[in-house]
Amino acid sequence: MSDNLIDIKNVRHAYQTKNGRLPVLDGLELSVPEGGFAAVVGPSGCGKSTLTRLIAGLMKPDEGEVWLHGELVKGPKSTVGMAFQNPVLLEWRTILQNVMLPLEIVPTKLTKRQQEERARSLLALVGLEGFEEKRPSELSGGMRQRASLCRSIVHKPEVLILDEPFGALDAFTREDLWQTMHKVKSEEPFTGVLITHDLRESIFLADQVVVLSGRPAKTQYVMDVHLTGARDIEHLYTPESAEALNILRHQIQVAQGRATEEAVE
Amino acid sequence: MSFRQVLVPIAAIVIFGLFWEFLVWVNDWPNFVMASPSDLPPAYARYWELFIVMGWQTLWRTVVGLILAIIFGVLLGMVMGFSKLMRDALYPLLVGFNAIPKATLVPIIALLFVGQHNFNTVMIAFLISFFPIAVSVSIGLSTLEPEYRDILRSLGASKTTIFWKIALPKTLPEFFGALKVAVTLAFIGTNLMEIVSPHGRGLGALFDSGKTNSDYPLMFAVLIALALMGILLYYVVVALEKTFAGWAERSPSY
Repeated sequence: MSDNLIDIKNVRHAYQTKNGRLPVLDGLELSVPEGGFAAVVGPSGCGKSTLTRLIAGLMKPDEGEVWLHGELVKGPKSTVGMAFQNPVLLEWRTILQNVMLPLEIVPTKLTKRQQEERARSLLALVGLEGFEEKRPSELSGGMRQRASLCRSIVHKPEVLILDEPFGALDAFTREDLWQTMHKVKSEEPFTGVLITHDLRESIFLADQVVVLSGRPAKTQYVMDVHLTGARDIEHLYTPESAEALNILRHQIQVAQGRATEEAVE
Repeated sequence: MSFRQVLVPIAAIVIFGLFWEFLVWVNDWPNFVMASPSDLPPAYARYWELFIVMGWQTLWRTVVGLILAIIFGVLLGMVMGFSKLMRDALYPLLVGFNAIPKATLVPIIALLFVGQHNFNTVMIAFLISFFPIAVSVSIGLSTLEPEYRDILRSLGASKTTIFWKIALPKTLPEFFGALKVAVTLAFIGTNLMEIVSPHGRGLGALFDSGKTNSDYPLMFAVLIALALMGILLYYVVVALEKTFAGWAERSPSY
């Protein structure tokens, strides 16, 4: 067994539709070491969300294997945390109760009091101190996404799956949340997979960027990000970052079928 | 409740009553055309015992019919909400049944269960009011965003847990919306039975006897009593809604 926490090996998957089989994944490979953070980018509709459902164990691939921590994924596991573009907070609960939701389902050794303390400290970490008793409808989109992030890590999952969590936010709020992500990662280390459409986001947050080809998706290109550890927004405006973004942008065009492989460098 | 919230509806009712009185007076309508509000107190004073006994009969049968409608409507809504197959199978049947005027069911039910007047009345109240509940619950459940389910499923939650923690509370606002409609429908059902097939029970029967004896103020008094009971039950539902689904109400500042 390799020492990767997430290992996705040659996964193929197709959906049954009215017009026959629609292959979405065709030879997908992804490996993330413990503590690593991989960003997955690719053209629209290339099966990125299918990938998140596979890792979470919400569905099984037609072919290939998904391994988490040396165990073959066969169904949903409580060691996974998820956050989506839609924060899907429960409107009838307070923010604090929302964050504590996973602890009601996942077996935990914490007492009720400790659970609440943990949720409160996470909310403070993402800057939501003082909003614990508010309802989701009283919060802005960015704040709701912060709460959703807390909920996804409150049970200390081995793997955090983020499916375009910042996609619906305005540019400034998004950059704020990128900073928050680094803060969270240093305080609450996790192994993560981030699905995104934003190349700047991918190199700012992740240490590995995986480009998927157009549908059916296979792993087309993997880039190790030159930035390490926590970073500032300024790091996105260095020549190295510009070059990395250029390469990624080109790879996306290849994936969309708008450029050929040879044109790289 | 603020002073204003109480005063405004009461003022509206007083103005409505005055306008009604004025209309009858200015047209010089005799009682057998249209009774006026001032005819009502004598009618209530004369028959108050009947109003209490029969009003109670109408009320409890309506409430029992409504409770049955809630139980059956929620179960049916759950079946249709969770299974696309059942939804496809049951919708045409349900819509067809709802399209039948319930007045035509009164003689059928009355013949089916001869003499079981209480049962028959409850039955009609139930039959007329379960439809909106079933439809709203099924729509609420079938339109649940998949992410809500995924959040809990990825943690290994069972279907039952997902239902209690998410699907049920999320459907409550729709459910209470439908219940407000169902309350008034249930009253219509009870009174249909009481008027079309009177057994001397309920306000409907009192209305019928007013008609037989040409006691027009009594007929109007029954209508007003029914309206008051309808308002009462409606606000019971509103109070329940505030308790269980108050979160759905947005504060106006947003």
